[in-house]
Amino acid sequence: MGFENFGTVSFTTEAKATDFMTYLEAGKVMATRCKKCGASYFPPKSDCPRCLSSDVDWFEIKGKGELASYTLVNYGPTGFENDAPYILALGKFDGIQIFARLSRDIEEKDIQVGMSLVVSPVKLPDNRIAYEFKKG
Amino acid sequence: MADVAIVGAGQSVFSRSCGVSIRELSFEAFKEAMEGLDITSNDIDASIICSAPEYDKQRSPAGLISEYLELTPKPSFYVETVCSSSSTGLRVAWSLVKAGLHRVVAVIGFQKMSELSSREAAERMGRGGDIIWESPFGLTMPAGYAMYARAHMAEYGTTEEHLAKVRVKNSHYGATNPKATYRKELSLEDILNSEVITSPLKKFDCCANADGSSCVIVARGDVAKGITSTPIWIIGLGAATDTMTMAGRESLTGLRCAQEAGKQAYQMAGVKPQDIDVAEVHDCFTISEILAYEDLGFAKPGEGVGLIEEKQTYADGKMPVNVDGGLLSKGHPIGATGGSQIRTIVRQLRGEATEAQVKGAEIGLVHNIGGIGQYGNVTILRR
Repeated sequence: MGFENFGTVSFTTEAKATDFMTYLEAGKVMATRCKKCGASYFPPKSDCPRCLSSDVDWFEIKGKGELASYTLVNYGPTGFENDAPYILALGKFDGIQIFARLSRDIEEKDIQVGMSLVVSPVKLPDNRIAYEFKKG
Repeated sequence: MADVAIVGAGQSVFSRSCGVSIRELSFEAFKEAMEGLDITSNDIDASIICSAPEYDKQRSPAGLISEYLELTPKPSFYVETVCSSSSTGLRVAWSLVKAGLHRVVAVIGFQKMSELSSREAAERMGRGGDIIWESPFGLTMPAGYAMYARAHMAEYGTTEEHLAKVRVKNSHYGATNPKATYRKELSLEDILNSEVITSPLKKFDCCANADGSSCVIVARGDVAKGITSTPIWIIGLGAATDTMTMAGRESLTGLRCAQEAGKQAYQMAGVKPQDIDVAEVHDCFTISEILAYEDLGFAKPGEGVGLIEEKQTYADGKMPVNVDGGLLSKGHPIGATGGSQIRTIVRQLRGEATEAQVKGAEIGLVHNIGGIGQYGNVTILRR
């Protein structure tokens, strides 16, 4: 399985990092950590540019994060026309940041920068899958 | 250090739809840049062609434009950093001249965004982020900047009215710029009442796609003095790249690429922010201009809104910014924008600006950003 079912619209499929999708289907949002030097990466990297190793471990992103910023998008690009409005957000977690949407059950008026978040997989129509933020 | 100069700078009229081909569009800027100089196409040793290729129908436009302007058989090649392409082109031109490889180099930026249907343009818009990790969520360029705006508001208390005041200023100057796409003054109410595109940014907080071209002719110092009586010296260059992903950004209250590029340019030029007499900054959105004030040291972090509140960035203020109308009024033909900003500063330093001339301007700055803050170029010029 590649990235063909990731997000509302996927633009490419092949990558060494496709284990991410297997974990996501199993309910886990994962990041990578270099086995040699311990550097951690999100978005996940299959290779470590610091020590040039390609031996990486996957670890689950757990716990609470904090909303760094957001925007309610009224006009989406091609493929997202019927998807808008949607809310894009950046969450700060322990040592990493995650870009994703806020869950559709959160209304814009209830959002505050700094609010607590958790990240979890979300099933989308047409057998697609992504991850999203919920209130933490 | 000041031994590379700009001898000519021109741009086409920017418009929503130019109705001519990219070679003809490029000629308009080339003509304005070359007029009055004691050289012809034969004297140009190399040309650097700048655009964002995803908006081009023509594959490899460098050859096409160099043929049309009769720059063959001299070397011509393509440079791209999205919206910052022609500033990167200027940086490369400086290096080629400084290294002694060429004496005179033309930097030609263009974009004919009307060449694409609105559907094709919307498709390109969806691929501006990291296509594996962020574009599948529906990230667009306005949305990325909207997240910077929201973070700035939360951190510093910046308001939608502060943002709108940037557009009020830029529409004021755009109204007198014959090359601008939009020449209508907008009121605070017009802007605040326009429809929300991606909160908190509204229609009039955003610049528009446009067709246009720019051309900057760069020459070795000794050669420059024989070509024009008013060479403008390139005294500072800075460039930096930030992460493609939003997830990789250290902060959303300023653009790191601009802060880094600014530091380099000031250091190379041996000047401070308060030495700048007039600046062109990349106001692709109103928030971008506020970020630029702070990233360039015109104001401390969080205090940029004070400059617009007190009208200090108007032509008669302490730090005039975008007194040609900025991208917000001129429109934003991606590859041409940096060259257009350079042209404005060249005209200001020569005392030739027809819109709003800043009296006695000696040192000017150009801040040109590519993508959602991925690429930053800051250039400092002196008369």
